[in-house]
Amino acid sequence: MVKVEGLDKLLADHPFFKGMDDTSRKTLAGCARNERFLAGEYIAHEGSPADRFYFIRSGTVALEYHVPGRDGLILETLHDGDVFGWSWMVEPYVWSNDIRAVELTRVFSLDATCLRKKLKKDHSLGFELYSRFVPVMARRLSSTRQQLTDMYGKS
Amino acid sequence: MIASSKSESDTTTLDAMTPVPFTITKRTQDLADTFTIELEPENRSEGFVFQPGQFNMLYAFGVGEVPISISGDPAKPHKLIHTIRDVGAVTHAISNLKKGNMLGVRGPFGSAWPVEEAIGHDVVIVAGGIGLAPLRPAIDAILANRTQYGRFVILYGARSPSDVLYMKQLQTWRGRLDTYVDVTVDHAGHDWAGNVGVVTRLIGRANFDPHHTKVLICGPEIMMRFTIQELTAQSVDKDDIYVSMERNMKCAIGHCGHCQFGGHFVCKDGPVFPYGRIESLLQVRGL
Repeated sequence: MVKVEGLDKLLADHPFFKGMDDTSRKTLAGCARNERFLAGEYIAHEGSPADRFYFIRSGTVALEYHVPGRDGLILETLHDGDVFGWSWMVEPYVWSNDIRAVELTRVFSLDATCLRKKLKKDHSLGFELYSRFVPVMARRLSSTRQQLTDMYGKS
Repeated sequence: MIASSKSESDTTTLDAMTPVPFTITKRTQDLADTFTIELEPENRSEGFVFQPGQFNMLYAFGVGEVPISISGDPAKPHKLIHTIRDVGAVTHAISNLKKGNMLGVRGPFGSAWPVEEAIGHDVVIVAGGIGLAPLRPAIDAILANRTQYGRFVILYGARSPSDVLYMKQLQTWRGRLDTYVDVTVDHAGHDWAGNVGVVTRLIGRANFDPHHTKVLICGPEIMMRFTIQELTAQSVDKDDIYVSMERNMKCAIGHCGHCQFGGHFVCKDGPVFPYGRIESLLQVRGL
C-alpha cells in the first residue's frame, strides 16, 4: 500500500519550521501547496502580486533583477532549506524581483491571502511566523550589504 | 663563540637580504589583471624548499621589491610558482616580463599554514579573490596526504564568474570524490549556473564538524572578518581558525618595522596567524 505523505510532513521536514508546535504547523499546512518548477521556469516576476511565498525542498532558484535588453542580473541564489518571497508580508504585496528556477526545483508554498486571514485571527501564530521570518530577512540584508562592499576589489 | 654567532647571524641576514636571480620559465594570464609565473633558479640544484603559506620578496630589477605568496606545490620544489595581481608599479613591471627574463627572489619567509596540526581534523579552506593563491600550496599538501584528514572543504568567493581564479583546478578538485568544493560570485548573468552570493553563505551547508575542524582563511580583511563571524556563529573555536594577513612588508625579516601589527611583525610572525592571537588587533581601527 502506497503511503501518501501530507503537506504537514513537508513543513515538519523544512528547517524553517524546526521546533514549531504541531498545532501551529498544521494550521499553516492548511494554506500550503506542493509545487515543482523546471530549470529556467520563472516562479515570480517583479511587480506581480506576491500571493504566495516559498520553501525550497530541493533545487536552486535565482533572485534576479530584470535588465532591459539583456538577461537578468542574478543577485543571489537560494538552495535546499531556504525561503523566499517575503513580499507577501509587506504592502502593497508585490514581488520586488524576479525568481527563476536554475534547475529542477521542488518547493512548497503558502497562500498569502489564506495566511493573512489566519494570522489576523491568531496573533500568537502571527508572532511565531514573523519571529522566524525576521532572521531570514536580516541574514538576506546582511549578505546584500556584504556584497555591496565589493570585498574582492576591482578586477 | 659569541663573535662567531654574531658573524653567522650577520651572514644569515646578508643572505636573507640578497636577491637570488631566477629565470621565468612560464607565464600564464589567469584573469584580466592576474597572472602566474613559474621560476627556476640560475644556480640552485636542490630546488626551492618552502612551506605552504610562506612568501617571497620578488625584485623587479631597477623598479623595486614586493612580497608575494608562493602558490605552487611544496612537493615540487624545482618549480617556484607565484600568482600575482597587477596593482602597482612593481607588480606591473613583473607583469611585463616574459619567458626567459629574470627576477630577483628573496625567501622563503614567514609562518606556514598548520597543515601538520590539522591532521586528524576536518579542514575547511575559505578563500576570497586572489586569496586562493596563498592557500593552493596547503590544498596541494592536504590532497597529497588526503587519508590523514577528515572532511575536506574548499569554499571560494570571487567578484564575478570572469574573476574566478584557478577555474580548471577548482573543477579538478571538485571532481575528486573526497573533496567538497563550493564556489560563489557576487553577481552574475544567466550563463552562470553556479552560486551567487557572499562566500559566508557557503559555510552553513558545507557540513563539517565545527568541533573538530581547522579553518584556513585568506582574502581581503573584510571578507575574513565576515567569515570569522559566520564560523564562530557555527561554533568553530577561535583557536581553530587561521588567517593570512597582508601588510606593507619591506625587509621580510622583522628588522625594518614596516609591517608591524601591534606587537607582531607580519613578515616574521605571520603572515599566517592563529586568529585567537590577533583577534584583539583586528578590532583596532586604523591598525
